[in-house]
Formats: sequence, C-alpha cells, structure tokens
Amino acid sequence: MTAFLAILVRDVKLGFRQGGGAGAAIAFILSVLVLLPLALGPDQNLLQRLAPGLMWLSLLLAVLLTADRLFQQDYEDGTLDGLVGIALPLELVCLAKALAHFFTVGLPLAIAAPLLGILVNINAALIPLLMAAMVLGALALSMLAAIGGAVTAGLRRGGLLVALLILPLYVPVLVFGQSVTATEQGRASSLLVLLALALIAVAVQPIASAAALRAYLR
Amino acid sequence: MACERNGRVVFSDISFRLEAGQSAELRGVNGAGKSSLLRVVAGLVPLAGGTLTLNGESEFATQCHYAGHLDGLKPAMTVLENLQFWEDCFDGGDVDAALAAFALRDLRDVAVQILSAGQRRRLALSRLLLSHRTLWLLDEPMTALDAASQEKLYGHMKTHLAQGGMILVATHGDLGFVPHQVIAL
Repeated sequence: MTAFLAILVRDVKLGFRQGGGAGAAIAFILSVLVLLPLALGPDQNLLQRLAPGLMWLSLLLAVLLTADRLFQQDYEDGTLDGLVGIALPLELVCLAKALAHFFTVGLPLAIAAPLLGILVNINAALIPLLMAAMVLGALALSMLAAIGGAVTAGLRRGGLLVALLILPLYVPVLVFGQSVTATEQGRASSLLVLLALALIAVAVQPIASAAALRAYLR
Repeated sequence: MACERNGRVVFSDISFRLEAGQSAELRGVNGAGKSSLLRVVAGLVPLAGGTLTLNGESEFATQCHYAGHLDGLKPAMTVLENLQFWEDCFDGGDVDAALAAFALRDLRDVAVQILSAGQRRRLALSRLLLSHRTLWLLDEPMTALDAASQEKLYGHMKTHLAQGGMILVATHGDLGFVPHQVIAL
C-alpha cells in the first residue's frame, strides 16, 4: 500500500512539475474552443447545440495527447526495471500510474472543460451535469489511455499508434457521454452506463497494461 | 542457463553456483552477454533454457537488487525525494544512512537534473542500502565513480558479503577485492 501511494503521489508531483500535465491540457482545450467558433461561424444557436459534443471531443483529444508518455519515461530511464522487482504486483503499479494520470490530466480537465464551454455558448444549466458525466468519462479515458501507453511504452514515436489503438475504445464513452446531455429521459441511465464503463476500465486496465509492459521486458 | 534476446542466442551453457557471502565477477568482451545474464537473474528477461533458483525458489525477483546502466532517477525531483520514493517502494530502509553511505547528505535537496554523472551513479547505488536484498546484481557499478567513491562502494560490497549477502558483478575494470569466482562469458 505504501508503494502504491508512493507511485501515485510521485507521478502526480511529476505531472505538475514537469509540465505537460493539467496546465498544458487545459491550455489545449482552451485553444480548441477559441478556434471552433472561428471555424464554424458565429451562429450562436448552432454553437449551443454542438457545445457538449465539442467538449467531449476536446476532452478525448487532450487525454489522448498525454497517453503515450504515461509509461514511456519510466521505461526509458529504468524506473520500470526497478518497479518490477518490488513486492507490489506490476498490475497495481499500472493502476497507480493510471490513477495519477486521471488526477493530473483527466480530473482537472473534466472540471475545467464544462466551464470553458461558455466560450462556445454552452447552455449554463447543463454545466453541472456535464461536469459529473465528464469526471466519470475522464476516469474511463485515463484508464484506456494507460492501456495504449503501456502497449507503446517502448516505441519512440508512439503517439499516433496510441491514437489508432485506443480511439476505437473511446467510442462507448463518447456515445454515452454525449447522450447524457442530449435528452431529458435518458439522462440517469446514460450516467449509470458511464459509471459502468469507468469501473470496467479500472478493472481491466491493470491486467492489460501489466501484460503489455511484461512483453517489453526482454 | 541459456538466454535469447530478439531471437538471437546471447549465451548458452552457462552454469554457476553462489554460496551465501560469496561474490562472482562476470567477465567477457562487449556484447558477450554480461548485462543479459544480470537481467535474466533479476527476472527482467525470461530464461530461454535451464533453471535458476535462489535458496531453492525459482521466483526471487523481490530478493535481488538490479543496478543497471539506467538509473531510474527522476531529474525533476531532488536527491531526497528520489530516495524516499524508493524507500516507500521497497517498504523500509533508512534513507539517512543510505545518503551518508555515499556522501550524499550535502546534496539531499539538490534536483537530480543538475547532478554530475558520478553523483547520479552514487545516488543510484545508494538504493542498494535501502532495499536490503540478498543478491546484488551490479552492472558496471564503477562507471563514472571517482577513486574515493569506488572505495566506498567496495566497502559496502564487502560489508554486504560479510552479512551473508551475494553479489554478481559485471565489470571491465579492477574490482577492489578478489571475487570468489569469475564467470567467463
């Protein structure tokens, strides 16, 4: 347990210290949202209709951007060699690292993104709901990103490959995420499905990531 | 034992036995498989053939400490933070003693980023005293160390052996003491 927390805390610390964590991801979303009205035209009703979907897309892309670095540094600097030899199972090492990614990237974004939605004229009444849905969604996205990050840990330019590998896995999160704010009646069930997706991802990620990392250890 | 990496046979027909309190030196030209052998023993590379046991057990990754070329230190964290992280991972150990062992006390609040190669190596090696593992697997441990630090390392190695530990060390240089056996690759 000490080791689990140590890895989690260290990765959160590094995420904030080295940059490339929450700050950069929020700046990324901000720049996407500033460009969108320019690309789509100034039709306020159109923007309001598209706003939740645009938020989800930018959240997804921001998480994707940071995915390939999740395990790469530890693989390249030898930390992973050391972590294989500790009493904590590699699966839990992977879970700690994925949770750290959620706390540094996913969670700050899920909270900031709906607020930034004001830039695309988001319906203000939807903001709390969207925030709740995005926290659940971001947890699932971070876990899936960790699977992609583990698979490409040893590849120099793994970024594009991560996108190819995990974008298909993001589809369910995107579908149910946008349906939370789409209709009144499907709201509760969509939130529950998002919760289920997040929990499935938390359960599967450690096994998948650890298996991928073990394949690199040879 | 035999070892295969990426379909290439690195070594085969290597056999050795190490008693408690003994050290063995791995000798061989570049690419002979010294590092591979250490990684196999550490459980980082699967064994391609043969058997490998420590005290009769074949799963012993948590009983050895592998110190390789990559040091696993985070440049953005200080010396102390790096050591404390590994202390938590090993679940115990005395950070202060480890710092003192390689004369790192004055550097404790310095970011690893600005350490010299030799200082980084000292920090990496000081983890040996945190982990309390039976078998030390050292890959060229003297690289970048000055004479005084090398002496310190030899001293710690001797103490470890005196306490019943075991050491497998790969080196091209002169080991500060006579190893109990030499394994030629």
